[in-house]
Amino acid sequence: MIGRLALLLLALLACTGARGPILVPEISQHEIQVRQGFTGADLLLFGAILTPEGARAAGDYDIVVLLEGPARSIVVREKRKVAGIWINAESTEFRSAPSFYAMASSRPVGSLVDGKTAAIYEMGLKWLQLSPVGVIDPVEQKRFSEGLVDLMRRQGLYQENEGAVKISGQVLYQARISLPSSVQTGTYTAETFAVREGRVVASAISRVTVRKEGFERLVAYNAERNGFFYGLFAVIVSISMGWIAGRLFALI
Amino acid sequence: MDVYLPIANLSVNGLVIVALGALTGLLSGMFGVGGGFLTTPLLIFYGVPPTVAAASAASQVTGASVSGAFAHARRGGIDYQMGGVLVAGGVIGTGLGALLFRLLQSLGQIDTVINILYVLMLGGIGGLMAHESLGALRAERSGRPQPPRKRRHHPLVASLPLRWRFYRSGLYISPLAPLLLGIFTGILTMLMGIGGGFILVPAMLYILGMGATVVVGTSLFQILFVTMATTMMHALTTRAVDIVLAVMLLIGSVTGAQVGAQFAQKAKPEQLRLILAVIVLGVAIRMALGLGYRPDEIYTVVTQ
Repeated sequence: MIGRLALLLLALLACTGARGPILVPEISQHEIQVRQGFTGADLLLFGAILTPEGARAAGDYDIVVLLEGPARSIVVREKRKVAGIWINAESTEFRSAPSFYAMASSRPVGSLVDGKTAAIYEMGLKWLQLSPVGVIDPVEQKRFSEGLVDLMRRQGLYQENEGAVKISGQVLYQARISLPSSVQTGTYTAETFAVREGRVVASAISRVTVRKEGFERLVAYNAERNGFFYGLFAVIVSISMGWIAGRLFALI
Repeated sequence: MDVYLPIANLSVNGLVIVALGALTGLLSGMFGVGGGFLTTPLLIFYGVPPTVAAASAASQVTGASVSGAFAHARRGGIDYQMGGVLVAGGVIGTGLGALLFRLLQSLGQIDTVINILYVLMLGGIGGLMAHESLGALRAERSGRPQPPRKRRHHPLVASLPLRWRFYRSGLYISPLAPLLLGIFTGILTMLMGIGGGFILVPAMLYILGMGATVVVGTSLFQILFVTMATTMMHALTTRAVDIVLAVMLLIGSVTGAQVGAQFAQKAKPEQLRLILAVIVLGVAIRMALGLGYRPDEIYTVVTQ
């Protein structure tokens, strides 16, 4: 993470030195509230790109947008058939796997930058840096990270949309990223990169906060902090609902 | 109707969950079992994380067994002494179950163990019930009354030390037998999110040899308290009780339980038992196949 930041800073410095374009990013929503009835959210990442002189510049640049959710330490388990049944066999621990990752670009990343640059900026699921724990052989690690990426993709938590960034009037770009209802709460980072001739010439970061609000927040907080009273409440609710139903039906 | 589950962290169709609750409630009203054995697997199938499913299903069983327990209490159908011993065992069992749950979770084998337990328990009990009710139905058709079963407890029970008199059950046996039975069902309740009624009732009849008049009431009494203990245990250890999910299940199941009870009064007990046996066996076979087939997901992710 720190290494990546340092690289980013270096890249930024390099950009300003070369009089890169000006990137003005914006997000449709800086806060997503998870309330009752939350079924996911649609984020519009948009902005303008200008030449250092302030003229329209988008025609000359390509845009890559990344949205990353809070990273967490996870264990990926692999099922294998043992004695006729499928059970979890091997497992690998990853220290920082993003809980959400979406990439959108104006053209396929492969045609914009080389592998090294793509890896530095994590442009694409192929380049996701998951930092596995311990020494494991690269083949096995690849198998596990591919398994993870595939699973997360099908849950809509990892996305890759090449060509999803639309550039209009040579100045405005926009990309739509949808978050499923199963997103984790926390701070999400949206990074926008302007790419030209295989190099990242400008980048900007903004943040989105996803948090539970109102009743949902109350429930999550109490389940975590006041387990005893939360459990007691659940028990009282279930008993009284059963009892009330019994009473009501006795009247009929 | 989209409802967001704050603990499971996902959005579900509320009507589906209520319908699911109603289905299991119907079963519990008709057959006097908790119905948890259907709720947990169906919730998992619907995409709810297994731990949340097991933890929240327990509170649904509490709700479904309350009115039944009250009804039996009014009729004097509960042996409180026996129930007390069973509950004591059940609470110990939930504690042990919580330890086991945590151990299996850290080994990554909790889902497999839950599935295997389901297959063994449901397969065994379903098979027994089907055999017995078929025999009863056949005997009825041929016109010969089935010889009444001799009420006796299992020889192993008699070999246990220390004997108590359980008046309402009409038994003079060691309290260790119901205590062990309670512990066993407590562990299963914690692991599988079931009330354990479908294990408890046959065990009380055929292992302890209790009088049939107090079996269902006492089993409901034990289920009521043990599922309460399970909800508490989950709230304190796995923190996976989703109150929104539980309330939706409860709305369905408490209504379903009442409707089911009305049905049960009109149907023949042997037929009811045969239907239940078929459902139980169906679930068992489905889960057994699930163990053997290549699963949809080879990889699973656990947050640390």
